[in-house]
Amino acid sequence: MRLIKQHVERDGSGAVTLYPEEPEDMWHAFNLIRVGDTLRASAVRRIVSESSTGSTSSSRVHMNLTITVDKVDFDSQAGQLHINGRIAEENKYVKIGAHHTLDLELNRNFTIGKAEWDSVSLGVVKEACDPAEKAEIGAVVLHEGLANVCLITEHMTVLRQRIDVSIPRKRTGSISAFEKAMERFYETIYQSILRHLPIANLKVILLASPGFLAESLQKYIFAEAVKADNKTVLTARPKFVTVHCSTGHVHALNEVLKSPAVLARLADTKYAKETKAMETFFKMMQTDEDRAWYGPKEVERAIEKGAVGTLLMSNSLFRSNNMSERRRYVRMVEDVKASGAGEVMILSSIHESGIRLDGLGGVAALLVFPLQDLDESDDEAEEGDLDNHENQTL
Amino acid sequence: MSRHKNVRTMNLADELDDYDGDYYEDGESEGISPEDKAKIADGLRRVREVIGDDIPLITDDKIEETLWYYYFDIERSITYLLNQAGMTATKKQKKTVAVDSKAPSQKAAAKAQQGFEGPSPDDVVIAAQSQSKGLGKGQKAEKAPRAATTSIQKGVENLKLTEPPEKTAPKIPKKKIDVVAEYEKLKSKRKENANLIVIGHVDAGKSTLMGRLLYDAGVVDERTIQKYKQEAEKIGKSSFALAWVLDQTGEERARGVTIDIAVNAFETEKGRFTILDAPGHRDFIPNMIAGAAQADFAVLVIDSSPGEFEAGFNIRGQTKEHALLVRSIGVQRIIVAVNKLDLMKWSQDRFDEIKQQLSQFLATAGFQSKNVSFIPCSGLTGDNIVRGPEAGLIPWYTGPTLIQELETAKPVAKAVEKPLRMTITDVYRGGVTNPVTISGRIEIGNVQVGDIIVAAPGEERAQVKGIEVDNEATDWAVAGNNVQLHLTGIDMDHLKIGDVVCHADNPLVPLKEFEAKILAFESLTPMVIDIHRGRLNASGRITKLIATLDKGNGTVTKKKPRHIAPGSLAVISISVTGVPLPLEKGSKIVLRADGLTVAAGVLA
Repeated sequence: MRLIKQHVERDGSGAVTLYPEEPEDMWHAFNLIRVGDTLRASAVRRIVSESSTGSTSSSRVHMNLTITVDKVDFDSQAGQLHINGRIAEENKYVKIGAHHTLDLELNRNFTIGKAEWDSVSLGVVKEACDPAEKAEIGAVVLHEGLANVCLITEHMTVLRQRIDVSIPRKRTGSISAFEKAMERFYETIYQSILRHLPIANLKVILLASPGFLAESLQKYIFAEAVKADNKTVLTARPKFVTVHCSTGHVHALNEVLKSPAVLARLADTKYAKETKAMETFFKMMQTDEDRAWYGPKEVERAIEKGAVGTLLMSNSLFRSNNMSERRRYVRMVEDVKASGAGEVMILSSIHESGIRLDGLGGVAALLVFPLQDLDESDDEAEEGDLDNHENQTL
Repeated sequence: MSRHKNVRTMNLADELDDYDGDYYEDGESEGISPEDKAKIADGLRRVREVIGDDIPLITDDKIEETLWYYYFDIERSITYLLNQAGMTATKKQKKTVAVDSKAPSQKAAAKAQQGFEGPSPDDVVIAAQSQSKGLGKGQKAEKAPRAATTSIQKGVENLKLTEPPEKTAPKIPKKKIDVVAEYEKLKSKRKENANLIVIGHVDAGKSTLMGRLLYDAGVVDERTIQKYKQEAEKIGKSSFALAWVLDQTGEERARGVTIDIAVNAFETEKGRFTILDAPGHRDFIPNMIAGAAQADFAVLVIDSSPGEFEAGFNIRGQTKEHALLVRSIGVQRIIVAVNKLDLMKWSQDRFDEIKQQLSQFLATAGFQSKNVSFIPCSGLTGDNIVRGPEAGLIPWYTGPTLIQELETAKPVAKAVEKPLRMTITDVYRGGVTNPVTISGRIEIGNVQVGDIIVAAPGEERAQVKGIEVDNEATDWAVAGNNVQLHLTGIDMDHLKIGDVVCHADNPLVPLKEFEAKILAFESLTPMVIDIHRGRLNASGRITKLIATLDKGNGTVTKKKPRHIAPGSLAVISISVTGVPLPLEKGSKIVLRADGLTVAAGVLA
């Protein structure tokens, strides 16, 4: 994403023009655009004109439209963003108040206008426009009969294909059905990798499974690649890494990304850091539970006491359409930053680590000194918070 | 059929509606004289008197037509009409099943028409038969073809019946056996079948011990063992020969590790046993859980060699994890086979040491001391397994051999009369005649040939075509049996390993969210977990920690805990990530995360 123009007033209102270059930028846009914002982007609209004789003719007209956002809809599989809203600026074709759905397109500018640009929103813009080298990795997690082919980018984990087949078990005297089914299972995964992962552009391709499946899959892939003389796969041979994990479900990525073999290769990426942070949190929970707290109320109290060392927040919280709630979370971030000692990490809610954090209510904190009984009073209020939050998570 | 059009334009629409323009008699009714018309009117009245107005298929036109054929013979007309009505009903019913069978049924009409050329009672029968042959042809277009012969028989039967058969006539007649009564009758005569799961730390010698047991019990012949020995020596793993009886896939043999449950059966004088040989490696615990869900009791194999027992028994060893798992899945009786004692020169001290440590642990795991027994043995040499130890080898031991001990273990009583529940452990092609076969152990209830079943969470129906219990065909099976069900009327894609088979009229309602009462083995927070139940392995999330409970009396100790400490009892709510799961109240589940068993419990 490129920042074309930024104009924010003292009171925080203003507009930012951005130029999306890759599918991931749609995810950033999704995290920026809120209900009530204005959005200006190019659009195609069908215009029906009626002649004096009463006959109608319709034509498709390209134009720039400005809408007030009613609904934001993100499709992570296709990397598309649809924004519903009402026209805010009239032109000769469209009346004010008419409904329109803008589909943001790559390589076309769009302008977001907000009444209040807070530090988190500006942070998203800054992060989105960071030209640092992108490290994308492919990952296949599998167990017998189930495989998930995923693409992990800096800010997103996209499940490209889920393969779920029935494999006959070994039975006395008959293992051919089992072995045939396994062969077919590998074949399906291999085809899926070829189709869904841009092998040449990936930094690493992880094959992860319990037992020996990943190794067998790797063997199969190269045997097939040699047979078909598939140059892309053969030249990418060093990129394929087998890792151990305990299941083939997508959440096994948590385990995969924290394994030392993977960390060594990907240490400086955002998602590796996020995974590590969540891991530290869960460890702390077991070893020193008074220094690990989760839930908005509890963390807020810890911040008041100046105890927060690392604040972990899911970016799903900032997508809240409730202004006061959003302000509350922004204030938490700002307070921790202002205290000087604290570090804030905003996790992407569609990475596995973010999903884990969302399970805890989206907020967690590692404290520098132990605090007890942060959860004592106001049990009911907290319940309400959690429920609210659950409705918004992606 | 153009002839019909000319003659009977008036009623054409009606006729098409009722009979779909099919078989209809020829139209020689041209030029009906006024006298004949009067006769017909009279005949119609009399026929109506007999058969009444309530059979919708017999219209006035049809009666008139028939009367014309039989030269106004009222009796014959009535018989013919009633037969016709029965058959048309079958025909209609067929149409609802397969729309595309229209073309063949028209052929049938042509055939039938020929049959009706010279109308006599005999001809009617022949015609009807040829017609039902035609029907058989039409039915081939149905999704599940019925054998042509049965359909002919059916057609003939229909001829005799005056009323149409039931709408959803099952393809395979149900014998309507009172399974519960039959079971009670046979109970005393038959040897009870017991499932036993073999558990223990990786490389404790589970597969070898069971291979030995099967060999000595005569299930595996000498030649096979010799062959395995040679092959095993070839790859330098001669001590694995016995394990190859159970470890059959290339992967398992090459690596010398059991990966999946192996199922084998053997019989002694006093009982029938099904062995479930579980993998010991921690990666394959999901497979082990699948086996444990089918087990009546467990054999815990311990490697008694120096350091090995301790390795299996430490905090991350599988000895403990397996024992806890089988207990929480519901196994109450456990036999500890202290294996590889030959390496310890059959030392009593070692045996006692292991016995003392394990007894303590098993007691805390919830096994009653009367349900725990210890047997010294060696899988490799075969001492004290089927045959007793060589004289003087274990002078300090006077107890039973492993197999004698197995015989004392009785399977737990099963709820036979409740609604059927069976978790599918395997779906495969059972052969040419049985393209879709599923296997599993019936957990509760009973099943018989002809039953209509569904596999929850799927809703696709299937009919049980055949049942095999321990590879012998039977008409029915009850809870506790290891069965293979041959199915018809369903595609293999609709059946998945881990689905739960139920009767179609009493299905299980799959759940997307549920609450469970669990015992935590590790620290729990709201987190992502794997849900296991038998072969079922799905991904889910702990959404709420509702309360922790007191272990003694079950009262709530803390509401909404922040996390649940290992070893505590708690109520949590869980949501399922993908499709709803076939679970119901009382289902036992195991929760795993990051390769560890974090909790086990039951649905509240």
